[in-house]
Amino acid sequence: MVKVYVPRDSSAISLGADRTAKAIQAEADKRGITIELIRNGSRGLFWLEPFVEVATDKGRVAFAPVQPKDVAGLFDADFLNNGKHPLNLGLTEELTWLKKQQRLTFARVGITDPVSLDDYLAHDGYKGLKNALKLSGAEIVKAVTDSGLRGRGGAAFPTGIKWNTVLGCQSEQKYIVCNADEGDSGTYSDRMIMEDDPFVLIEGMTIAGIAVGANMGYIYLRSEYPHALKVLNEAIAKADKAGYLGDNICGSSHTFKLEVRRAAGAYICGEETSLLESLEGKRGQVRFKPPLPAIEGLFGKPTVVNNVISLATIPIILDKGAEYYANYGIGRSRGTLPIQLAGNIKHGGLVELAFGATLRELLYDFGGGSYTGKPIRAVQVGGPLGAFLPESQFDTPLDYEEFSKIWAVLGHGGIVAFDDTVDMAKMARYAFEFCAIESCGKCTPCRVGSTRGAEVIDRIIANKNNPKEHAKNVALVRDLSDTMIHGSLCALGGMTPYPVLSAMNHFAEDFGVTQ
Amino acid sequence: MAEHILTALSKEDSSKIDTHILAHKTMPGALLPLLHAIQDDIGYVPEAAYLPISKALALSVAEVHGVVTFYHHFRRHPVGKHILQICRAESCQAMGAEKLEKDIKVALGIDYHETTKDGALTLLPVYCLGNCACSPAVMLDDEVYGRMDAGKVAELVNEVCHG
Repeated sequence: MVKVYVPRDSSAISLGADRTAKAIQAEADKRGITIELIRNGSRGLFWLEPFVEVATDKGRVAFAPVQPKDVAGLFDADFLNNGKHPLNLGLTEELTWLKKQQRLTFARVGITDPVSLDDYLAHDGYKGLKNALKLSGAEIVKAVTDSGLRGRGGAAFPTGIKWNTVLGCQSEQKYIVCNADEGDSGTYSDRMIMEDDPFVLIEGMTIAGIAVGANMGYIYLRSEYPHALKVLNEAIAKADKAGYLGDNICGSSHTFKLEVRRAAGAYICGEETSLLESLEGKRGQVRFKPPLPAIEGLFGKPTVVNNVISLATIPIILDKGAEYYANYGIGRSRGTLPIQLAGNIKHGGLVELAFGATLRELLYDFGGGSYTGKPIRAVQVGGPLGAFLPESQFDTPLDYEEFSKIWAVLGHGGIVAFDDTVDMAKMARYAFEFCAIESCGKCTPCRVGSTRGAEVIDRIIANKNNPKEHAKNVALVRDLSDTMIHGSLCALGGMTPYPVLSAMNHFAEDFGVTQ
Repeated sequence: MAEHILTALSKEDSSKIDTHILAHKTMPGALLPLLHAIQDDIGYVPEAAYLPISKALALSVAEVHGVVTFYHHFRRHPVGKHILQICRAESCQAMGAEKLEKDIKVALGIDYHETTKDGALTLLPVYCLGNCACSPAVMLDDEVYGRMDAGKVAELVNEVCHG
């Protein structure tokens, strides 16, 4: 029986994958051909979704993008036997876009059936846990520290150091919390992991629990991801049943239980302390630090709070070793980063690469330039709190420190491209507006500054030809930004000036008379 | 006053709320899961539910109100049969989301947070659906749709609301 793969990733579905899957099954039935239709994850070439694959002796062959209207023609061309057809792209593994990548965290994504535990096990799943069970907590933490892994949520704090703090705390109850409140525009790697390879996240959290001595984990999942919720719950139930979660994990003395909790549409809850407040059933207001969540976190207990990608990277580190992972990357940015190409880009999708590639390579070699075919004028890296970069900065290598040198951030690895029709004054205004909508209200610079900031940008735009008024208001935005950067409690208020000031600095012409 | 409003709840909704409270009250950090359960079931979180929730979870009514109003996801009023969310975030803006939201508002004759006259559809803004490689994106009920334009959205709405 021929295996046919049609992704179940929600982005693939957003372009019609469900309809394509149905059409393929119906056409096969009509022709009396038996196929095994597998709903895999997405390979991450979203401009080619729905991305259909057929298993052949030589490997999987891609046909993309396949809409229902193409299906009869594909059968006519005998696509089940690698028949010639305009949509036949050849062997998936040979596609340059995939071949050039270094997929470690995303090793299985797009290949396996996300909710099949057997498939997971057949593709190196739970090898990391098996190794971890032979080690002491301190040895696991050391491996994570030695791998050089830093928080992939955006803050880039060394994961091993965080774990070590929790390991060192004496407490009957500790928690592992996964931050799956992926609210940054231009990012979707967390969503892909959860929808397309949920077991890797479950395994990573289990290892974290064993390492630091936590027996309970929560995945705080944004409410905008209903597909991820279903997949995670299905995978957790399967892992539970097979003894990979619960008491006596894999016959050991370890216990680890896992529960998914739905967020409720507050961007601020991606900040770890407001996330913890929210998990406790409160308004998602930022906490003062100290105490660190690692010492007094969820319900006042020592808590590891890590992003989805950080946790999903743990299994491969424990499977292949810290050195294997640390050998990728440059400088202090070790390993790989799953980069998400988004916005006005021709070939949008998931590119996992070792740190060090330049923005230009990503935008043009992978991204193929803008979707509209116009020049790419600006990119925003790292979500709504990330700086806007002009073309002159496209040769910056993707590295935490290199980005920091040009007053930008890598964040969660999302790259949003804009063509030359973008109005950067509008984007600066939007940054303030977004901050005003999402501010938790606890500190004044963020709560008040964001609203005042939007008003001042409005005045700048209204006074584009009035040098005196213009200069006065530009100075005011800079002053306000300074207050927000230094006086805000968390990154929302503290980093909103990044998009604002970078837009003003690099795209002054959009704001009117000289600044 | 809350008691007074509570009587305005239908018996059916009231008993649904009680069932959810009972199912959630011993859960650690129960409030958000409980509010989700109520909204999933009856479409919104009625103010009349605050008092029984507060009693069950040993909170004040003000605390419950504070949580409901803090989160964009929780709705305090009944909504249409279907919910259309338009992504307003940067990636979708880069692909013309601003025009898309204008066109949709004109086509439906409603603004954000409003419901069509026939009660079929409520329009809401959303900030990122995680579909950023296929912008602009919208979400109709629990399904995301990418590479949208006003014509495609109109077709979708028609199919789901009147199909």
